Amino acid sequence: MTEKGAVPRRVLALGATSAIAEAVLRLLAERGASFFLVGRNPDKLAAVRADLLTRGAAAARSYAANLDDTAAHPTLLAEAAAALGEIDLALIAHGILGNQQEAEADYGAAEAILRTNFLSAVSLAGCLANYFEAQRGGAGQPGAPRRGSLRRGPNSVGDGTPVMAVISSVAGDRGRKSNYIYAASKGGLNVFLEGLRQRLEPAGVRVLTIKPGPIATPMTAHVPPGPFFATPQQAARHILRAIEKRRNEAYVPPYWGAMMLVARNIPGWIFRKIRV
Amino acid sequence: MGKRTPGPRFESWGRYPRLQADVVPLHWTIDFPLPQRPAGKQLPVGLGRSYGDVCLLENGTLLDTTGMDRLLGFDPATGVLRCETGTSLKQILDFAVPRGLFLPVTPGTKYVTVGGAIANDIHGRNHHAAGTFGRHVLRFELTRSDGARFVCSPIENSDWFAATIGGMGLTGLMTWADIRLRPIVSRRIDYRGEKFQGLDEFFARSRAAKSEYTAAWIDCVATGRNFARGILMQGDHTQIPEPLHRSREPKLVFPADLPELALNRYSAAIFNTLHYHRQWGKTKSGRVDYEPFFYPLDAVRHWNRMYGRKGLLQFQNVLPLESGREGMLDILKAITKSGLASFQAAIQFFGAVPSVGMMSFPRPGVMLAVDFPVRGEVSFDLMERLTRITLEHGGRMYSAKDARMTPQQFQAFYPQWQEFARYVDPGFDSAYWQRVTGRRRLDD
Ligand SMILES: Cc1cc2nc3c(=O)[nH]c(=O)nc-3n(C[C@H](O)[C@H](O)[C@H](O)COP(=O)(O)OP(=O)(O)OC[C@H]3O[C@@H](n4cnc5c(N)ncnc54)[C@H](O)[C@@H]3O)c2cc1C
Ligand SMILES: NC(=O)c1ccc[n+]([C@@H]2O[C@H](COP(=O)([O-])OP(=O)(O)OC[C@H]3O[C@@H](n4cnc5c(N)ncnc54)[C@H](OP(=O)(O)O)[C@@H]3O)[C@@H](O)[C@H]2O)c1
Repeated sequence: MTEKGAVPRRVLALGATSAIAEAVLRLLAERGASFFLVGRNPDKLAAVRADLLTRGAAAARSYAANLDDTAAHPTLLAEAAAALGEIDLALIAHGILGNQQEAEADYGAAEAILRTNFLSAVSLAGCLANYFEAQRGGAGQPGAPRRGSLRRGPNSVGDGTPVMAVISSVAGDRGRKSNYIYAASKGGLNVFLEGLRQRLEPAGVRVLTIKPGPIATPMTAHVPPGPFFATPQQAARHILRAIEKRRNEAYVPPYWGAMMLVARNIPGWIFRKIRV
Repeated sequence: MGKRTPGPRFESWGRYPRLQADVVPLHWTIDFPLPQRPAGKQLPVGLGRSYGDVCLLENGTLLDTTGMDRLLGFDPATGVLRCETGTSLKQILDFAVPRGLFLPVTPGTKYVTVGGAIANDIHGRNHHAAGTFGRHVLRFELTRSDGARFVCSPIENSDWFAATIGGMGLTGLMTWADIRLRPIVSRRIDYRGEKFQGLDEFFARSRAAKSEYTAAWIDCVATGRNFARGILMQGDHTQIPEPLHRSREPKLVFPADLPELALNRYSAAIFNTLHYHRQWGKTKSGRVDYEPFFYPLDAVRHWNRMYGRKGLLQFQNVLPLESGREGMLDILKAITKSGLASFQAAIQFFGAVPSVGMMSFPRPGVMLAVDFPVRGEVSFDLMERLTRITLEHGGRMYSAKDARMTPQQFQAFYPQWQEFARYVDPGFDSAYWQRVTGRRRLDD
């Protein structure tokens, strides 16, 4: 019983220059995947592409685009689908942390956070959903396993279900005064993905919400590293496992699941008193 | 990026001296020069596996290169790998070994970066056969703090090539490098260990050695009958093909600083006696995986904590063969007399393959490397004595390990230093360079 069907081979990476995304893509490249890489900086994209090809990627194309430009998303996805043939995994990884103080003082700064983390992801995920539904219109019997053993339902390891994996954040689970604009962008994303998951279930497409805790990447380079910081490589191993297992949601590293279970259940009147 | 990490301070492997600097992580080769030029001087750093102050700078900005770890291209026909300079030798092995390739030269730890390996022009146990790491570097890109970027090789900008190999990070930031890997058919090494009693036997056995890898462990604590006893270790890559796989990740971490008391001449004597007698017979041979052969210490992360909070010093020198026996005898006597504990001591021959770098350490002769705990005056006095003996015997000391030599000593070891100084980036500096050019005084 191989787990071959579980490992995505044709991968669309949106925000491919993100440190977390790059670590995931390296693991996939070592297994010979093909890539369509989207990011806004051509120099960085070229370096990521060269690295993935060197590590064993079967093919890789890079495509420079500012993902805030939602009008360009349909064209971008059409190009990606044409280049890859079919999409086994779409990873939406781009995002910005922004600056809470600035976002409080200036609505423009708040909107920029929401635009990149929430609106552009909504647009991309929406386009992808339409693409997957069209692609799988014939084959997508509700719950029917594609190729492989009958013993495997669509949720189990080993089926060929495509995955749409989106990097959200543990921050989206609760609003805190120190970062509630960023948190709102991720919290909104979580609710959106929850609904999209229901919609895509009949088409046999898995929607994975990835919720990392703090990871040492350029985004957090200015934050003093605490005991709960994980490396992008550690995060990538957990993310890949969640993709292979066709999970709906993954806390990264998994212990954040327990921590956030506690955090989510602290009553509001107590939570308001905890200044974090 | 240009962001600051006010995290824990950057330490060298010896954790002496301790100097505070800002650390800016570089993730992309285009992150340098920084968008806002820092007020003070800058210095690239890798994994901080240098023992002394060559990877330190007080009140400056350390450019942490470990985020630049992409493999940019590989030619299976020639075995040439192009990678960003923050790539570690461990990452290269993970890539290369399953493809039947190995590092052309490797130090005693795989946790060093390509940038660090070139900047100190490091050597391995195959120095007599392969020369230094720099000999296997075909070209690299050098970037300067004024924004200039250019490729250096033996034919393009060859003077910058020579100044940067062994240039201690002072000539600019290397962004990527082409390295020629060597083929292997197995992970394993045909190993042979031979015990020796005293320096004469070490010299005789080293002269007779024929293996690609040859180096010895030497007991720097034992006196009397056991003075300068040791084990000469030889190894060659096995020629019997075997499946090649990637190494597993090590799990052990040295948990905390040991108290100073734990490490003394008695515990060191016990440790060394155990080590010497681990091998029963006079000679022992077998076939071992390359990990324990090259990287026995990598099995425990942060083993430098064993030396406690004050840290450790490493003395490493090379003496010409003519004066080598006499000089090493003086040095070993001084060490055993000091009573300072030492577990890690290596002695080996350097061969005649010339180093490429203007400031490279290796030269033909006999090399000794010994660790000591920092115990204030006693340790510093011993270092000073050993450095003086090295000078008297026409040898030199290794910048990657040193934290104590004076400007006069450095300038005698490396008389070409003024020529080298012309290549130093005006925006760069290091605590080492400040010290050996007389701009930073030693605290004692
Ligand atoms: C257990 C152990 C065993 C060792 N064994 C050996 C051995 O057998 N042989 C040997 O030769 N050495 C040995 N060393 C020393 C080690 O190989 C060198 O100190 C090496 O340079 C460390 O590399 P690093 O990545 O940690 O660099 P660092 O120590 O962080 O920096 C070393 C130098 O490289 C420069 N540098 C780093 N990156 C760049 C870059 N991108 N561009 C320009 N300059 C750069 C820095 O400025 C600094 O001067 C050993 C060290 C340890 C801890
Ligand atoms: N690091 C953490 O602690 C952490 C924790 C939880 C969640 N996350 C999430 O993880 C994801 C990845 O972040 P990371 O930590 O890997 O940080 P990162 O390395 O800084 O990656 C963020 C990436 O998003 C790209 N990007 C931003 N805006 C874009 C736009 N408009 N168009 C195209 N690309 C854009 C950036 O491109 P440039 O390089 O060109 O700027 C960058 O490559 C983000 O969604 C983040 O919110 C991170």
